[in-house]
Amino acid sequence: MTLLHVSGLSVRFRTEDNPVQALSDVSFALEEREILAIVGESGCGKSVTAMSILGLLPSTAAISGRIALEGRDLLTLPRKELRSIRGKELSMIFQEPMTSLNPVFTVGRQVGEVLRHHEGLSRRAARDRAIELLDLVGIPAPQRRVDEYPHQLSGGMRQRVMIAMAVSCDPKVLIADEPTTALDVTIQAGILDLMRDLRDKLGTAILLITHDLGVVADVAERVIVMYAGRKVEEATAEELFEHPQHPYTMGLLAAVPRLREQPNGERDRLAEIPGMVPSLSAPPSHCPFAPRCSRADELTLSELPELRDVRPGHAVACFHPGDERTYS
Amino acid sequence: MTAPVLQVDNLKKHFPVDSGLRSSKEIVHAVDGVSFSIAPGEVLGLVGESGSGKSTVGKCILRLLEPTAGTITLQGTDITRLPRRRVRPLRRKMHMVFQDPYSSLNPRMPIGRIVGEPLRMHNLVDGSQLERRVSELLEMVALRPELRHRYPHELSGGQRQRVAIARALSVQPPLLIADEPVSALDVSVQASILNLLKDLQAELGFSCLFVAHDLSTVEFLCDRVAVMYLGKIVEMAPRKELFVHPKHPYTQALLSAVPVPDAKAQRHRQRIVLTGDIPSPVAPPTGCSFHTRCPVVQERNRIEEPQLREISGQGHHLVACHLVGPNGEAPDITRETSHAQ
Ligand SMILES: Nc1ncnc2c1ncn2[C@@H]1O[C@H](COP(=O)(O)OP(=O)(O)OP(=O)(O)O)[C@@H](O)[C@H]1O
Ligand SMILES: Nc1ncnc2c1ncn2[C@@H]1O[C@H](COP(=O)(O)OP(=O)(O)O)[C@@H](O)[C@H]1O
Ligand SMILES: [Mg+2]
Ligand SMILES: [Mg+2]
Repeated sequence: MTLLHVSGLSVRFRTEDNPVQALSDVSFALEEREILAIVGESGCGKSVTAMSILGLLPSTAAISGRIALEGRDLLTLPRKELRSIRGKELSMIFQEPMTSLNPVFTVGRQVGEVLRHHEGLSRRAARDRAIELLDLVGIPAPQRRVDEYPHQLSGGMRQRVMIAMAVSCDPKVLIADEPTTALDVTIQAGILDLMRDLRDKLGTAILLITHDLGVVADVAERVIVMYAGRKVEEATAEELFEHPQHPYTMGLLAAVPRLREQPNGERDRLAEIPGMVPSLSAPPSHCPFAPRCSRADELTLSELPELRDVRPGHAVACFHPGDERTYS
Repeated sequence: MTAPVLQVDNLKKHFPVDSGLRSSKEIVHAVDGVSFSIAPGEVLGLVGESGSGKSTVGKCILRLLEPTAGTITLQGTDITRLPRRRVRPLRRKMHMVFQDPYSSLNPRMPIGRIVGEPLRMHNLVDGSQLERRVSELLEMVALRPELRHRYPHELSGGQRQRVAIARALSVQPPLLIADEPVSALDVSVQASILNLLKDLQAELGFSCLFVAHDLSTVEFLCDRVAVMYLGKIVEMAPRKELFVHPKHPYTQALLSAVPVPDAKAQRHRQRIVLTGDIPSPVAPPTGCSFHTRCPVVQERNRIEEPQLREISGQGHHLVACHLVGPNGEAPDITRETSHAQ
């Protein structure tokens, strides 16, 4: 069943000079118990998508479209109702746990605060529950850690505290924006395992935002690839990595160096994507990837390709999709 | 054997820091006895997690930090204790590129001056030649020469990193020190900078110390790799040897933790998730510094510090672990690290 349904979402920011069209007509659905990833390069609109869902965009943003959580349109909901949904049914974790934690309160107090606010627990009960939650997210010696301050914890432990806070009210949806980007790989592996674990245990659906294709391959079940504010491809993770259809997705996959698959010859190179991302102040009326695409032709340079299914559950916005073999 | 371009012996850098509560000073053992050398034309990768001391090693070599102990020899000259005024001329012999292309370039200088400055500072070309040389350098890093009139904020991250590379290579230094030069860039931009560095190195033949936390990047670019943990090198070997036959349990864990961008392969991989945090470099563990997280730890590792030693018959493969035998018999902590097909 669909939990969260985003349709036709567009976001435009007013700025000092030119307006920025950060999102254009983005639609997707997050199913119950699912881990859905949004992947793309810097500035493609991943965080703006997350902020739109959470109702945290600044007042300079003009939003259109629909974001429905179990049928309720979050964009038209009164502020107060939205606030009670956020943190309870809909919760989030961000890249830098230190800036989201308050340095002057113990972690127990901060986790407990959420519970007191949303669940009306007493101080005592909130503390006990906080210890349980710290235990749930794999923090060793939670009875002791509950009284520590954020600066006494490592980056990985702080991210676990953030996750404990985020799942404290048993949310339906967890939005995680680059949750492991600031962490080392050995710590990242543990956090990714934890997210999968929480989904299994608590049934929380997760919208995972990342620029790292390795992270996507590890935890995501379905993937959305974004480019210049648009969704350009969507597929199950296995399908996307095995049969990418959009030339941009293929380009990204070819650009990353891979462990133990390195060429032996001295002159071997990584695939590059020539050119630059288009300006969002003057988005083209044609395929946004066309200027960088080796398959671009007259059609690509004059019209905007619509998303269409190339296979059930695999959609791509491209006039000439397909892998190198099928395309020629 | 040819003389190394750079030789680092038992380098230590300890930072005294305020311990907060008490008035006493604590010591951060950022680099704690690191030795390696780099041959002419060789690219050595220095890899490890954040805080392991990689950047501190680089800064000590560049003399941006004063080493606490040890010696640094550049082309046969001991530069460890050169007085300040003699550090600047060293930039002809070794130059650097840093992670953040936003803060490492002077925002008030046009690109042309940024690139030409080292040449001017060392009086390497006269005025009439300078402009031409700058254009050549910009072309070398695939930037249009017209860009020399622009300012750093008008360029993209990738373009700025190209400018930093052109500037560093302008004096044709025998040694380039690159500290996480692509970590702040998007993958597609990363690819072009990595290709550029590889091409330029092949063409110009400089030696390079390439500092990075990303193992795949290091594997792509480096001839030899040193793995750091808590201020020490725990393993060092030629690229292929290290990536295919990692010996140290930490190297094995690190390699198994890197997710491969292939869903099927990644899900069928058995990976080791290390428990616990990286210990504080203020009070590094006794014995082997990895023993607090090592999945195959034995009593001896907690007490006795392992030395970096060469495995016989394995072509310059060095490892600091009591559990690795003299012929390279190593505990296999993944058992089955089936890698991407
Ligand atoms: N408050 C704002 N005002 C103006 N433009 C904005 C604002 N917030 C975001 N943008 C622009 O919207 C676009 C999308 O930004 P967003 O933060 O979603 O990128 P992202 O995909 O999360 O990138 P990253 O990987 O760097 O986090 C960018 O061009 C960004 O500059
Ligand atoms: N100026 C400094 N003062 C005190 N501690 C420092 C300083 N610079 C680095 N450190 C510490 O030294 C250790 C190694 O740091 P660094 O070399 O930057 O690691 P890496 O580059 O591997 O991430 C870390 O614990 C870091 O906090
Ligand atoms: Mg973002
Ligand atoms: Mg560093």
